[in-house]
Amino acid sequence: MIQINCLLILSAVMMFAGIFGFITRRSTLAILLSIELMLNAADINFAVFNRLLFNGQNVDGFFFTLFSIAITAAESAIAIAIMINIYRSLKDISVEKLEKMKW
Amino acid sequence: MDSFNIMFFILAALILFSSIACVVTKSILRAATYLFFALLGTAGLYFLMGYTFLGAVQLMVYAGGVVVLYVFAILLTRGRKDQLSKNSKSKIFSTLLLCLVGLAIFVLGIMKYQFQAEALSAPNEGVLKLSEVGSKMLSTGDGGYLLPFEAVSVLLLACIVAALVIARKR
Repeated sequence: MIQINCLLILSAVMMFAGIFGFITRRSTLAILLSIELMLNAADINFAVFNRLLFNGQNVDGFFFTLFSIAITAAESAIAIAIMINIYRSLKDISVEKLEKMKW
Repeated sequence: MDSFNIMFFILAALILFSSIACVVTKSILRAATYLFFALLGTAGLYFLMGYTFLGAVQLMVYAGGVVVLYVFAILLTRGRKDQLSKNSKSKIFSTLLLCLVGLAIFVLGIMKYQFQAEALSAPNEGVLKLSEVGSKMLSTGDGGYLLPFEAVSVLLLACIVAALVIARKR
């Protein structure tokens, strides 16, 4: 038997590790890695709540996780295409170099 | 303390260690590797909950697709010197404080709330059958997911086209 609190705290730690990386990282690819961590923490929560609170016929959380994984894959493909494009024009993907996109 | 608990603690330690190491390590390739282990741990957690299909999807999409894509992108876009996280001490400290306070609030909320179901038991055979997943995925009735399924397929098509258009040589 695993307490539900353990699973939720586990995903909360993962979420805040992602937020910490999102704020402190300078490379855009590393920021994207942090976003993956945050999305994954949300996925764990969907699956845990579905398994514990809606056991039986209701499988909405399961499908939310499934679609979230598909959308994450699509999102990272687009983001990496954008970063390769940035690298072609600026030769660097650090966020300090992206000042032209600010305005 | 049965094998179910022991497995959970191993997976939890793996996830905690690798997700924190992913955001503090110096090398970006190491960060991608730690992310990979965090995702593997999550897949193990899904297997532990009895959602074997979800675990398999997580392994295939993340390990087979996303992480490989990241590693290729990292190797393609090497800067002259990797400045992964060059911040002032005060910024790192204030971010750490922000994250710890947020985490404390989350943990407090989770501990205070009375959940309907308190504990997760080891899954028996029929938590969720694969045939049930398939029929729900393609049904239009109550609890059916045909419309999101089709929307995701259109999204993936748009994603392929957009990635090709954005990353092409001009």
